[in-house]
This record gives sequence, structure tokens and C-alpha cells, in this order.
Amino acid sequence: MVVTGTWYLVLSAMLFTIGGVGLLVRRNPLVMFMCIELMLNAVNLSFVTFARMLGDVDGQAVVFFVLVVAAAEVVVGLAIIVAIMRRRPRATADDLALLKG
Amino acid sequence: METFVFLVGAAVILAGALGVVLSASATRAALSLIGTLFGIAVLFVAQEAHFLAAVQVIVYAGAIVVLFLFVLMLLGVDTTEDLSIEPITAQRPAAIVAGLAFFGMVMLALSAGADSVTGMPGAFDPVAGTVPDIVALGRSIFTTHVFALEATALLLTIAVVGAVVLVRKAETIDPDDDISPQLQDASTEDGEEA
Repeated sequence: MVVTGTWYLVLSAMLFTIGGVGLLVRRNPLVMFMCIELMLNAVNLSFVTFARMLGDVDGQAVVFFVLVVAAAEVVVGLAIIVAIMRRRPRATADDLALLKG
Repeated sequence: METFVFLVGAAVILAGALGVVLSASATRAALSLIGTLFGIAVLFVAQEAHFLAAVQVIVYAGAIVVLFLFVLMLLGVDTTEDLSIEPITAQRPAAIVAGLAFFGMVMLALSAGADSVTGMPGAFDPVAGTVPDIVALGRSIFTTHVFALEATALLLTIAVVGAVVLVRKAETIDPDDDISPQLQDASTEDGEEA
């Protein structure tokens, strides 16, 4: 058995699906954030696989930028969650309906 | 050898991912996330992306998960979620069906051959070739993508400033009252609703 690029892509699709379903199902904002990280990592894995399949290092450069953006996103997202939780302890994603008309 | 590494890495990744989605305690979810991120780093090494594997462990498994755990401890570690409650009727089956549909579509695209996804045939060798991958990656980032690199530097600065502004305590008017006028309006509205 030889590992081909398709194996990595299938694994990446499975990971992305698990992350996406988790994002839809879970209500704790922190866990929803972790599911977003899972989806980002699935995409990173497929980028590295494509970089290898096409022999082009630019795919790895994209992963580098995804890492930076993910770090910035986590910082701002967690700050928002902390700000919300200060006012409403134990809030879930369903409780945040302030903008509902 | 790569088959063995891939299978172990895939098992760790999927077990960690399921742990994130299925565990009731957010702390356990964060610890499962570390497993997934390490598995991804192992598969990066298997594909000769050594620099990205190191960054993955340092930034993701190190900084980001520690940040998650820090916020968890800050907000109270005992926040477990009762997973048996389904707040919106039929949301979960619908989410699972949507996920399986997405997976099926990706599989459909992949079953036509990976070439059809990228439009180019691949040799599937490590990208590094004669130069080490970190040299090639550094050249790519600091020449082709140098504008994006500068933009990410700006983005990180904005993110840090934004986080500080967001979590700063609102300026108080009355020393006994910790709520600024805007927040007070919002909270009185909440009171009316409740």
C-alpha cells in the first residue's frame, strides 16, 4: 500500500466535515471556536498535500498565512467571548439574540 | 513506512476531532484539540513540511490551545454542557445530513481522481527537492508573498489592539456602578424582556 495524495485529501475532508457538524451542533461558544480551528486545520492539511502533489512550495506559504490569520482570529474571538461572558455568565450561542428584530 | 505514519496520524486526528465535538466538558474538548493539532503536525512532517510542523506545534498546540485553556479557567472550568438537550428541533439530524452531504460531494470530486481537483497531474514527491523546504518556503514568502507578509504583520498588531479594547473594563461614571451608559441601556432592555 502506497500513500497517495488522495488519502490525505480524504482525511482532510473527514476532518472538515467533523468540524463543520460540530460547529452546527454545539452551543458553547468556546467549543464552536475549537470546531472552527478543526476546519482551518483540515484546509491546512489539504494545502500541504496539494503543495506536494504539484511540487509548488506556494501551497506551504498559504498555510503559513492561514496560521497567522487563525492566531489573530482566535485572539479577537476569545476577547469577544470574554466580554460577553462577563456580562452574561454561562451564555450559550442561543442566548445571544440581542440583535434579533 | 509512510503508510504506517499516515494511519497512526489519521487515527489520532480523527479521535481528537471526535473528542472536540462529543465531549461535554470544554476543557476535555481543548485537550482533544491538542491531539488533532499534533496529528496534523505529524502529517506535515510526513509530507516534508518540517518548518510548518514546527510552527504548527508552537503556534497552535502551544499558543492557541493555551489561550483557550486560559479563557476556560478565567470563565469557570465547571461549565459542562448537557448534550442530551436539543434546543432547536431536528437541528442535529439536519446538521449531520448537511455534513454527510458535504463529505459526499468532496468524495465525488475526489473519486474522479485527484488530478481533476487541481487540474494538473502531480508527481507526489516532497516539494523540497534539492533545496531544504525551509529555504524554498522562505524565498516564496519574502519575495512572491512579501506584501501579504507585511499585511499579516499589520493584522497581528490590529488584533492585539482590538483584543485590549474589547476586554477593557468600561469607564465608570458612578464608582458604585460598573456599567457604562450604553451597556446600561442594553441591560435594562434585557430586564424588560425577562
